[in-house]
Amino acid sequence: MANTYTKIASVSVGSGGAATIDFSSIPTTYTDLLIKVSSRTSATGVAENLLVKFNNSSATFSNKTLRGSGSAAVSYSFTTNGFGGFLNAATSTSSTFGNTEIYIPNYAGSTNKSFSSDSVTENNATEAYALLAAGLWSTTTAINQITLYSDSSGTIQQYSTATLYGISNS
Amino acid sequence: MASTYTPIATTTLGSAAASYTFSSISSIYTDLVLVANGYITTSAQGIRIQFNGDTGTNYSNTTLSGTGSVAESARDTSGTNARLTYDASWSTTTSDYAQINVSIMNYANTTTYKTFISRANRATSGVDALVGLWRSTSAITSITVFPAANNFVAGTTFSLYGIKAA
Repeated sequence: MANTYTKIASVSVGSGGAATIDFSSIPTTYTDLLIKVSSRTSATGVAENLLVKFNNSSATFSNKTLRGSGSAAVSYSFTTNGFGGFLNAATSTSSTFGNTEIYIPNYAGSTNKSFSSDSVTENNATEAYALLAAGLWSTTTAINQITLYSDSSGTIQQYSTATLYGISNS
Repeated sequence: MASTYTPIATTTLGSAAASYTFSSISSIYTDLVLVANGYITTSAQGIRIQFNGDTGTNYSNTTLSGTGSVAESARDTSGTNARLTYDASWSTTTSDYAQINVSIMNYANTTTYKTFISRANRATSGVDALVGLWRSTSAITSITVFPAANNFVAGTTFSLYGIKAA
């Protein structure tokens, strides 16, 4: 039986944190990519944007987001950077980490790249979020590098993890 | 790593098509995952699904969706098909690829009705999470995906995976 759900690389952030989590030299041998992230940032607030770059570019991204806070649901657009989801921030309950899953179909194809993102920043406090996002990177180049980083110049905190999987349809 | 996520079938459309059907789906898996990526020929349309060719009024949906400015929820009952998209209806613009990931749980059992979750995305129109119900106790052996009108374009891709619990 084919093994079609394959770990490509995994990152665990060490002491002192990291400005970015990078996956580079991504092979084109898979059909889709899936990234699972557990992360927290030093940025102020309870939650912050988890941003994404493809091939070290933050340009030509567009996004529609649906976010629930436990008391209201809102929808908004995000076009200034690549929006990858949400992560817990400095004032959220200690030891809580945001959970994000990003799915990128046909990442090695010659069409613009769509992707989805699902995030939660639950922290057993008044402010927490569940978030769904639709993303598009309007570039036809194959994705060979993915960078995750915190908005508001936050540092990704120790014990954050990210794993990149490749999914093959044959 | 155990081989629990297995490709069942995949296609890239060679020409425009009004629908795509996965047929003769084996019952050996626990759950199914369908991934679609593409756009359609003329005027934006929602994408629909039917199981086992059933066109009876046996489908229902609940939708949670966002347009980029409005968050909304809707329901459909006793439909002849189920929605896979709501605000993230597929576009006619070649640069505006849309994406759908559908998880179909316990699809092969012959005791309960079948449920699924669809996560649909088109960054220029919306983001959707839908739950659907097919009121049939039959095992799912075929899945048909189609736009509410018009055709999928050539180059649109469909992949079906089987997931095994053990």
